[in-house]
Amino acid sequence: MRHLLSAGDLTPAEAVTILDTAAQMAATQEREIKKLPTLRGRTVVNLFFEDSTRTRISFETAAKRLSADVINFSAKGSSVSKGESLKDTALTLQAMGADAVVIRHQASGAPHTLATSGWTHGAVVNAGDGTHQHPTQALLDAYTLRRHLVGDGGRSDVTGRDLEGLKVAIVGDVLHSRVARSNVQLLHTLGAEVTLVGPPTLVPVGVGAWTARVSYHLDEVIADEKPDAVMMLRVQRERMSSAGGGFFPSPLEYTRGYGLDARRLAALPDHAIVLHPGPMNRGLEISADAADSPRAVIVEQVANGVAVRMAVLYLLLAGGAPATNERADA
Amino acid sequence: MTDYLLTDVSPLGEAATDVLLADGRIAALGADARARANDDAVTIDGAGLVLLPGLVDLHTHLREPGREDAETIRTGTRAAALGGFTAVHAMANTSPTQDTAGVVEQVWRLGREAGWVDVHPVGAVTVGLEGERLAELGAMADSQAQVRVFSDDGRCVHDPVVMRRALEYVKAFDGVVAQHAQEPRLTEGAQMHEGVVSAELGLAGWPAVAEEAIIARDVLLAEHVGSRLHVCHLSTAGSVEIVRWAKSRGIDVTAEATPHHLVLTDEEARGYDPVFKVNPPLRTQADVDAVRAGLEDGTIDIVATDHAPHTREDKDCEWAAAAFGMTGLETALSVVQETMVDTGRMTWADVARVLSTNPARIGRVADHGRPVAVGEPANLVLVDPAARRTVVPEEQATKSTNSPFRGRELHGRVVATFLRGRATVLDGAPVDESQVVA
Repeated sequence: MRHLLSAGDLTPAEAVTILDTAAQMAATQEREIKKLPTLRGRTVVNLFFEDSTRTRISFETAAKRLSADVINFSAKGSSVSKGESLKDTALTLQAMGADAVVIRHQASGAPHTLATSGWTHGAVVNAGDGTHQHPTQALLDAYTLRRHLVGDGGRSDVTGRDLEGLKVAIVGDVLHSRVARSNVQLLHTLGAEVTLVGPPTLVPVGVGAWTARVSYHLDEVIADEKPDAVMMLRVQRERMSSAGGGFFPSPLEYTRGYGLDARRLAALPDHAIVLHPGPMNRGLEISADAADSPRAVIVEQVANGVAVRMAVLYLLLAGGAPATNERADA
Repeated sequence: MTDYLLTDVSPLGEAATDVLLADGRIAALGADARARANDDAVTIDGAGLVLLPGLVDLHTHLREPGREDAETIRTGTRAAALGGFTAVHAMANTSPTQDTAGVVEQVWRLGREAGWVDVHPVGAVTVGLEGERLAELGAMADSQAQVRVFSDDGRCVHDPVVMRRALEYVKAFDGVVAQHAQEPRLTEGAQMHEGVVSAELGLAGWPAVAEEAIIARDVLLAEHVGSRLHVCHLSTAGSVEIVRWAKSRGIDVTAEATPHHLVLTDEEARGYDPVFKVNPPLRTQADVDAVRAGLEDGTIDIVATDHAPHTREDKDCEWAAAAFGMTGLETALSVVQETMVDTGRMTWADVARVLSTNPARIGRVADHGRPVAVGEPANLVLVDPAARRTVVPEEQATKSTNSPFRGRELHGRVVATFLRGRATVLDGAPVDESQVVA
């Protein structure tokens, strides 16, 4: 693995290796001293062309726990708005000696362009590009699903296990969601069955080629498929306005059709869990009842995000199996 | 002026003969040609070569005035000559816009001074391409540039009333409105063809219906007011169907396809290389097949390049930030040969029709697109269909390098181009600039 650009690039074995490595990383995070010396002397650049405090902090924490030097480069106003171009920014970072570039960009394909252009020699990690991909989010979701739903709900060792047979419903604005695209590919790679649920306006033309079922009716999916997990996607309020595309008539109508509330939560199988990539719009796609219920693993997803990103940075920069017994210098 | 004796050439791919060019005209054909050639006539061995009327491009972006960093009238017309063209129509989306008699005359004059091909400026339909009020179409028609083709290309004349008025108004001087068919609301922020590939790549879709809806509206408007309409760069199977239907009703519509829509598909976007970002976007294989079929059966009247040079900085970036467009003047004939002639779907006479006769007729260009016959103006191109060449954009005459065919081996090569009997290209290379300036 030279870069991590798309969840679709991962083989089943690679995906399971990342999850297993993440589990080992998570174990180290239970210790009093959480820092590992593994990436000492290496430089990880967080190159964020789009605001995302959560994702940036998660990557920053992951890199620091591995003892890498971290440079945060916030470049709001890319070449799209005629600021400094992606190319010049990348060349600058290359000159500073970045071993890995974690990139968040509003343009779909920007990480791909960065990785294939020769502008940087470092490993490129896609931290979310436009409406294309967000592979570490899918990996942390898969990790969370495996922890809760595989091997007696985490009571037995799940090392080496995939998500064979799990049923996952992904609900909401699929059209604009890089989280949905990444999860459809990765969860399929890992053997899960994905059903996409949303109003037809928020499902892309061409979705028929995806490895997922599509439904426009959340209640039917909950009743008929009895999903093991429901992943709620963030819906931006501006999407309903005419200027935002007029994708649905009103927030209330959206919530009635696709919001996860107490009633729908109760209709889910007892073991089913609720995921959300955050940040949540409480009252729109998810009610407080659902978000705060014991079946919601949303806060845990954040913690798992650090472990998964540690695993990704580790596998890209150090290679091989992790030696988590090493201790950081005091 | 040098006379040229072309020996053993095949006019329109038919039986080989000799052709004498003298005094800017085709002076003699057959045995007569050798007999009448004077001693200092330059002989070109044309064995195996096809002689066509000089190609006429109805859709070229020369970028001057305004974006001389991407192309100038000199570099663009030199590229045109190398591609076998003797006349090009320079699109109106310059800066300032070609929406007044003054600007179109300037472009026309710069074209004459360059001397590589005849430059026929296209006039903007609306002031500043804004789609709101008609530009002074009559003044442009009456100017020295004698504009007959009007287009807001790059933008669509989307307001149905403005389009209707334009269609009606240009009848007074036998003009034609060349529509860039793109419903603007359906294509806000659009980056590529909407379908399976855009869904996966997360690039905003440019649906086929946004083109087809405008074409359907426009053919009905043209029928209603009894005007002629030209459809620029038609790209979808549905558009071919609509034009076929319109022609069957007797509507006076002509349609063009670009070389790239004859051969490339939206699959090219997968590498996010903006060289494949173009408007209208590359479509699916089914669309490519339909466009080829439409060209073969005459539904599509012409091939036009939509040559759209862009600077490196406008293409060396992420997809969404890149400009739309690709170069085409120096590769168009090869693409048509490869997709239509070498596949047996068209003859060289058909090539002459779609790349010369028909575009000259639509643009009302009198001295181009003429038969290869004695007395006709010697606007000609000599093609070697057996040649194979690999595209190296940096070696092309166009100032820009955004060719989608980089590294690709193309069929056929232009050996020589003649503008009114004067060679602009010989042995596949442009002649010295001092030779072309009139």
